[in-house]
Amino acid sequence: MTAAKGASKSQRVATPAPKPRFGPDTLAGWLFSAPAVLLLAAFMVLPFILAFYFSFTNERLISPRPTEWVGLDNYARVFNDPRFWKSLSNNVIFSVIVVPLQTFFALFLAILVNQKLQGVAVFRTIFFLPITVVMAAVSVIWIVLLNPDGLINAFMSIVTFGQFTPDWLSDPAVAMVAIILVSVWASVGFQMVILLAALQDVPESLYEAARLDGAGRWQQFRNVTLPGIRNPLLFVLTITTILSFRLFDQVWIMPARPGGPLDSTRTIMVELVDTGLNKGIVGRGSAIAVIFLVIVLVIALIQRRLIKQEGEVR
Amino acid sequence: MSAAQTPTATRDTTAHAAEMAQINAAIRRSQRRQRIIAYLVLTLLAAFFLFPIAFMIASSFKADTSVIADGGSLKAFVPTPFVGLDNYATAAERANFWVSFKNSAIISAVIVGGGLIVNSLFGYALARLPFRGRRILLVIVLALIIVPFETLAVPLLFIMGELRWVNTLHAQFLPFLAQPLYIFLFYSFFLGIPRELEEAARIDGAGPFTLFFRIAAPLAKPAYAAAGILMFLYSWGQFLWPTMVTQTTDARPLPVGITEFLGLPPRDWGDIMAYATLMVIPLLVVFIIFQRQFVKGVATTGLKG
Repeated sequence: MTAAKGASKSQRVATPAPKPRFGPDTLAGWLFSAPAVLLLAAFMVLPFILAFYFSFTNERLISPRPTEWVGLDNYARVFNDPRFWKSLSNNVIFSVIVVPLQTFFALFLAILVNQKLQGVAVFRTIFFLPITVVMAAVSVIWIVLLNPDGLINAFMSIVTFGQFTPDWLSDPAVAMVAIILVSVWASVGFQMVILLAALQDVPESLYEAARLDGAGRWQQFRNVTLPGIRNPLLFVLTITTILSFRLFDQVWIMPARPGGPLDSTRTIMVELVDTGLNKGIVGRGSAIAVIFLVIVLVIALIQRRLIKQEGEVR
Repeated sequence: MSAAQTPTATRDTTAHAAEMAQINAAIRRSQRRQRIIAYLVLTLLAAFFLFPIAFMIASSFKADTSVIADGGSLKAFVPTPFVGLDNYATAAERANFWVSFKNSAIISAVIVGGGLIVNSLFGYALARLPFRGRRILLVIVLALIIVPFETLAVPLLFIMGELRWVNTLHAQFLPFLAQPLYIFLFYSFFLGIPRELEEAARIDGAGPFTLFFRIAAPLAKPAYAAAGILMFLYSWGQFLWPTMVTQTTDARPLPVGITEFLGLPPRDWGDIMAYATLMVIPLLVVFIIFQRQFVKGVATTGLKG
C-alpha cells in the first residue's frame, strides 16, 4: 500500500506536467458539466439563497426604496396572520383526507389491474388517462361538472333522493370536498402505476408458500403483499403528502375567486403567489417559501426515518 | 352430499366422481362470478375516469346553451345539436389559441431538447469522468432534488424583474433546463452501463466526447425516452410559474391562456371545451404512442401530481 502510494507520488513528481489536475478527463468533465452547473447556479442556487436572504428584508417587486434588513419581522407577520393559519390548516385538512384516500384508492386500482384478466391492460390505460389531461383543463372541465345543475349534482340527487345537491364551488362547507374529488380523479393514476410496479416485484413464490401454509386472500395481502411493497408505499405516501402541500392549480382556477368562498380553499401556495406576485411583497413571500421548504423537508425526513427503521428491523 | 352416504362401493366411486364434478363446477361458477364482478367494478371505475373527458369532447361540439342545459343528464355526453368545428374556430379566434399554442410548443420543445442534452452530459460526467470537483457537485445535485420549485418562485420572479425578462418565453424555459432529478436519473443510468463497453474504445484512443456520443448516449436511449416524456408532461402542464411571470397573451402558454379565456366575457362553455380539447391532444398523442415509456417514467421517478 505505502509502496504503491510512494510510487505514484514519485511518478507525479517525475512528470511535471499538471496531468492529474487538468488532464483530458478533468477538462472534459468541466465542459460536460458547465451548461448544467451554470443553469443550476443561476436558476436554483441563487434564488435559493435569495429566498433566505429576502425573508429577512423588506424587499419588494417594484420599489424605489432601498432594501432594509428587518430581522424576523416577515416571519412574525406571517405567523400572526390568521389568513396564513387558515391556508395552512386547509393544506393540512386536504392532506389528511387526500393522502390516505388516494393511497388506498391507488392500491385498490393497482391490485385490480394486476389481475390476470383479459383486456385488463385497457383498464390500466383508462385509469392512467387523467394524468395526461393538463391540470388547468381538468379544473375547467370540473367547474362545469360541479355547477349546481351539473352532472355531479344529477348523480348526487339520485343517490341522496334529492336531499344533497350543494353549490360545490361557492359553498364554504363543501368547496374543499370538491377540490379533493378533482385532485383524486386527476392524479390517482400516478400513484397507481408506482404501486403496480411494486406489486409486480413481489415474487410469486412468496404467495405460493403462503397458500401452502393455508393463508387466505386477506392473510396473503397482510403478510405477503403489504410487507413486499412497504417502501414503495412509503414513497407514495411521502410524495402525495408533499404534493398536497403544493396544491395550487385547482384552487386558483376553480372557485370564482382564488382562495374560494370565505378562504375555504385558500392554500399556502395561493398565499405565496398572492403575497409575492399580486402584492409584490418579495420579503414576506420569501418567508412563506422558506416555511414551505421546512414543511417539505420535515415530511421527507419522516419518510427516511421510517425506511431506516425497516432496515434496522431486518 | 347425500350421494356420499350410499352404502355400496361401486356406487361410492361414481358418487365420488359426481361430487368432484359438482365441486369443480361450483369452483368454475364462483370463478366466473368473481370474473364478472371484477369486470363490473373495472367498468364502473373506467366510467368514473372517462366521463369528464367524454364530457369535454362532447361539449366542444355543442352550442353554449345546450352545454349548460344538457349538463344534468346523460345528454351531456351526446354532441347534439352538433355545431361541427364552430367552437374550435371561435376559440382559436377569440382566445388567440394558436399564439398560446406556439408559446407552449416553443417552451416545451426547448425544455425537452435542451434539458435532455444538458442533464445527460452532466449525469455522464458525474458517473464516468473523474474530474476535480465531481464529488461536491454530486452532493449538491442530490441535495437539490428535494428543493421544490415553489420555494424559488418568488426570488426568481424578482430576478426576472431585474433582468427585464418578465413576460418573455426564455423566462419560462431557462429555469427548467437543468433539473437535479433528471441529472440523477442519467447519472444512475450511466453508472449502470458496464465500463468494459467503453474500455475497448478508450484503448483505441477515443476521447471522452467520442465515448459519450458514440457509446454511452446510444445505450441510454431508455433513459432519454423516460426523461424526455416526463419533461414534456411537466412543461406542457406548467401553471404556477407562467401565471407569475407572464402578463399578456403573447407570452402566455396554454394553461394560463385557458384561465384567461375563462374570464373573458361572454363565457361560452362550448368554446372553452374546444380550447381544452385542443390543448390536451398533444399529450394524449404522446401518451398513446409512448405508453410504456410514459408509465415507466412516471413510475420510476415519481413526478407530477
